[in-house]
Amino acid sequence: MTNIRLIARLDIKGPNLIKGVQLEGLRIIGDPNAFAMRYYQEGADELLYMDSVASLYGRNNLSDVVRYTAQNIFIPFTVGGGIRNVGDVDTLLRAGADKVAINTAAIQRPMLITDVAKHFGSQCMVLSIEAKHKGNGHWEAYSDNGREPSHKDVVHWAKQGESLGAGEIVLTSVDCDGMRKGFNTELIHAVSSAVTIPVIASGGFGELKHLSDAVFKGNADAVAIATALHYQQVSFNDMRHYATTHNITVRQPS
Amino acid sequence: MANTVTIIDYGIGNLLSVCRAFEYCGATVNLSSNTHEIATAERLVLPGVGAFGLAMQKLRDNALVEPIHAFANTERPLLGICLGMQLLLDRSTEFGDTPGLGLIAGEVLAIPKTTHNGITLKIPNIGWHELHASQSNRNWCGTVLENTNQAMSVYFVHSYHAKVTNSHHELASICYGDTPLAAVINDAGITGCQFHPEKSSTVGLTIIKQFIKI
Repeated sequence: MTNIRLIARLDIKGPNLIKGVQLEGLRIIGDPNAFAMRYYQEGADELLYMDSVASLYGRNNLSDVVRYTAQNIFIPFTVGGGIRNVGDVDTLLRAGADKVAINTAAIQRPMLITDVAKHFGSQCMVLSIEAKHKGNGHWEAYSDNGREPSHKDVVHWAKQGESLGAGEIVLTSVDCDGMRKGFNTELIHAVSSAVTIPVIASGGFGELKHLSDAVFKGNADAVAIATALHYQQVSFNDMRHYATTHNITVRQPS
Repeated sequence: MANTVTIIDYGIGNLLSVCRAFEYCGATVNLSSNTHEIATAERLVLPGVGAFGLAMQKLRDNALVEPIHAFANTERPLLGICLGMQLLLDRSTEFGDTPGLGLIAGEVLAIPKTTHNGITLKIPNIGWHELHASQSNRNWCGTVLENTNQAMSVYFVHSYHAKVTNSHHELASICYGDTPLAAVINDAGITGCQFHPEKSSTVGLTIIKQFIKI
């Protein structure tokens, strides 16, 4: 087994780190740079920034946080939210981002995935999928931060995204987001077994046991955690210790 | 001037993180596409992400192949990072057969999609892997890995891997599934890292500091 990546997810609105429940009811948590530095020092494997309302306004406001991270934090980070074209991707990569996560614009124009992969390589084209359960083991992809239905079946969309050139998928369960009751392992498993690119499970982490669930039931390659980290209910040390005693391989920081 | 590192700017990928990491480690960074500066640099870094063929084309378009060879002949330290490491080899099979810089004997091949037991591997390989000394190079003294302990993890993102012709040119490898992949290759002054030291936290920064000291 390869190392399971432990990713801190930071949802951003304006200058603030925020977090909601099921992508709604956003509350201000604090200064994103301070949280990012703390997660880096505590041994996060990656950071994932999502400008949660950017696509509503058609722009991404993360340049300050991207600049700070690029200057001071030496682990990979992904930036998502409001990215509409190759030019937006170029701006973020030049500002120091390693990868971009695209949801809304890819749903509107799937060929954007190919354009980005061709220009910058698949390794930086992360397809962000926000999934809502529609019964009978089916999920629908939503855009605009979980607001707009796309009529796309999540598993089908994931496969299409892979064939168009996505190098990775960040899969957020809108139903589980911020609930701390565990990942939607059925959803993660359905997507992870349908594609051969890495899948990052997002939405629902509340306790250490959920890490095992994501890995062994969901077959996730990485987990993204927000609420439980922001409110210090769990630390990267806790997760690494739990992982090593539960047969999950993770990076051991020096 | 001591500790000046020339980082080759040939219009490929984001160089900000690489520059920033070298600065953080105490280097004076000169980001350059100037043939004379590259040929006469004190220390040279060849970064790169993306496709092998496009990168070689960009090096040729910028007339940088000769200056890199001229630099390499001086035996001063050269570090290739990620795709920059792969470019050091003779050729790549990515999209046909593309010649590389030919500074270290070997070729670049696609990572096998399955293990020997038939288990599917995720491609690209994205994530942290432990570095292990390759069989013929148990000793990392005098290399960029001098202050790095065995089994420390660094960050990889790649779909292709380097296979050197002479096994003693491989300093460290990782295990992906059950496939060993070269992580650090070296021949005299020339070193290549498949992983991103600038994204590998304190372990990566230690490797960069060591490169500046060589």
